[in-house]
Amino acid sequence: MKEKIIIAENLSKQFGHFKAVDNISFDVSKGEIFGFLGANGAGKTTAMRILCGLSYPSSGKARVAGFDVYHQQEQIKKNIGYMSQKFSLYEDLTVLENIRFFGGIYGLGKKELKNKSDELLQTLHLSGETSKLVRSLPLGWKQKLAFSVAIIHKPVIVFLDEPTGGVDPITRRQFWDMIYQASENGITVFVTTHYMDEASYCSRLSIMVDGQIRAIGSPAELMEQHHAENMDQVFFDLARTATRSAD
Amino acid sequence: MKQFLVFVRKEFLHAFRDRKTLLIMFGLPIVQIILFGFALTNEVKNSKLVIVDPSRDEASQALTNRIRSSKYFDIYREAMSYAEMEAAFRSGKIKAAIVFPQDFNEQWKHLNNVQLQLITDGSDPNTGRTIQNYLTAIINDFRNDRVNNGNAQVLIHPNIRMLYNPSLEGTMNFVPGVMALVLLLVCTTLTAVSIVRERELGTMEILLVSPFKPVYVLLSKAVPYFILSMVNLSVILLLGTYVLNVPVKGSVSLLLLASALFILTCLSMGLLISTLAKTQQTAMIISMMGMMLPTVLLTGFMFPIENMPVPLQVISNIVPSRWYYLITKDVMLKGLGFSAIWKELLVLGGMTVFLLLFSLKKFNNRLS
Repeated sequence: MKEKIIIAENLSKQFGHFKAVDNISFDVSKGEIFGFLGANGAGKTTAMRILCGLSYPSSGKARVAGFDVYHQQEQIKKNIGYMSQKFSLYEDLTVLENIRFFGGIYGLGKKELKNKSDELLQTLHLSGETSKLVRSLPLGWKQKLAFSVAIIHKPVIVFLDEPTGGVDPITRRQFWDMIYQASENGITVFVTTHYMDEASYCSRLSIMVDGQIRAIGSPAELMEQHHAENMDQVFFDLARTATRSAD
Repeated sequence: MKQFLVFVRKEFLHAFRDRKTLLIMFGLPIVQIILFGFALTNEVKNSKLVIVDPSRDEASQALTNRIRSSKYFDIYREAMSYAEMEAAFRSGKIKAAIVFPQDFNEQWKHLNNVQLQLITDGSDPNTGRTIQNYLTAIINDFRNDRVNNGNAQVLIHPNIRMLYNPSLEGTMNFVPGVMALVLLLVCTTLTAVSIVRERELGTMEILLVSPFKPVYVLLSKAVPYFILSMVNLSVILLLGTYVLNVPVKGSVSLLLLASALFILTCLSMGLLISTLAKTQQTAMIISMMGMMLPTVLLTGFMFPIENMPVPLQVISNIVPSRWYYLITKDVMLKGLGFSAIWKELLVLGGMTVFLLLFSLKKFNNRLS
């Protein structure tokens, strides 16, 4: 059996009377690409914040990269990468300055940082653009760069919060090639998305409705269970049972 | 620690890349010093006045000459008629007039009571009052000299002198005022905006997910603006000394130390604003409007606090720049030492600690 990177058991988060996350249990194995799906307001972000060490659950248990979300937030933060739907790089800094900054705050040494950034720039074909401001790069490049920066410190797991919003299909495909690459290198990927074609790229996925996980499994399994031809149908099938309105 | 330096360097990059902000930061003090120093001075130099002198005797001529020789007054015309004088006032050509009586010399010699009319343009009461004071001083001087030379009788008259600013130079008071205003605006605004910007752009999330402690995010933002503000302060002091001729009379290091404390107060105020404001614009408006008005009105460098209604006097106590203004005036203009300003320093220190703790607490609450 493979090493579990995320283990969540009966995890809940309550704000007043509102159960944002309602008793969810799941696990993610090493090297997996785990899709975390749900309509807006289903509780994805809240759950993800707990797993990233940004907030505490109200009840239940969870371990990320082997560390407890209640007591070891610091260690969790050191072992995860994070890229958000909102843009994650500094637009008024150059490509190289961004790489150095994010490498620097994760404690990478000078030499390590140099090797890493050379390698990274080469892979992204950005070697000629190092002193360009990030602002001037096309959106697709920015997002690829943001992803590379998010895993520059070789985290155990990387959280991607709707990473491909607003990007054209070709760039999205390229972005997913990078995700596969990272997964092959042993980095576990935890991704939220609204694109159902992307959902079918995941090795396993869960669908959240009203704070609960209503379905979990590989895309093929889910389609079979719901007698659906594609992930779109599965998602609509579940999402329309929601009683809670989006935020 | 290494991470901290990485962060500080990044903040410097932000600051230097943002040309407009830099321009505001260093342009503001220069413009203000020049504006306040030269254009907005309330000093009365070369005021035009007329003399209406029907007596034209020895005593009146002597007084006229004395006024003429003062650098504060230019005699616009002598021997005007009363009607001409009124027209000159109305057209704004003159600021003051002196009207001698028909028999000035006679009155002077035989009575002990000389009547002299002194008219000033009341549409600008401040200037008018200043001119009146100047003229009265000249006339008193004149009377005193005459009495001492001619008669045995010695009249006692008050010797009026403005302490610390004997020639009533307006620029002196403005330099500490500008220092307080500029440091406050620049430090508070820049700190607040730079933190709110991270939140608005979404980069704050990335920082919070990193192992870098949230408190250090705030502190490392303060460092570059602290250093830039100290540079800014030096520019103001140099401008003050060499352009406006207002040197630092007291200890320069004491002044720098007190300023460093005041800058810290402003930075913590910026932190506090950043926890209240949701967007960069809001942060900008709160720090510009919310800071500018109390500083200009309640610090005492434009309007004396002693003359304000009691409620405003009480409120002025919580304006940090008020205390800083007192310190700079004491050290810069009066040349006083630590013993004179320790109370003000203590107040500023207390405010800084309070603001800092309060905003850190609010910042942490916002996270969870």
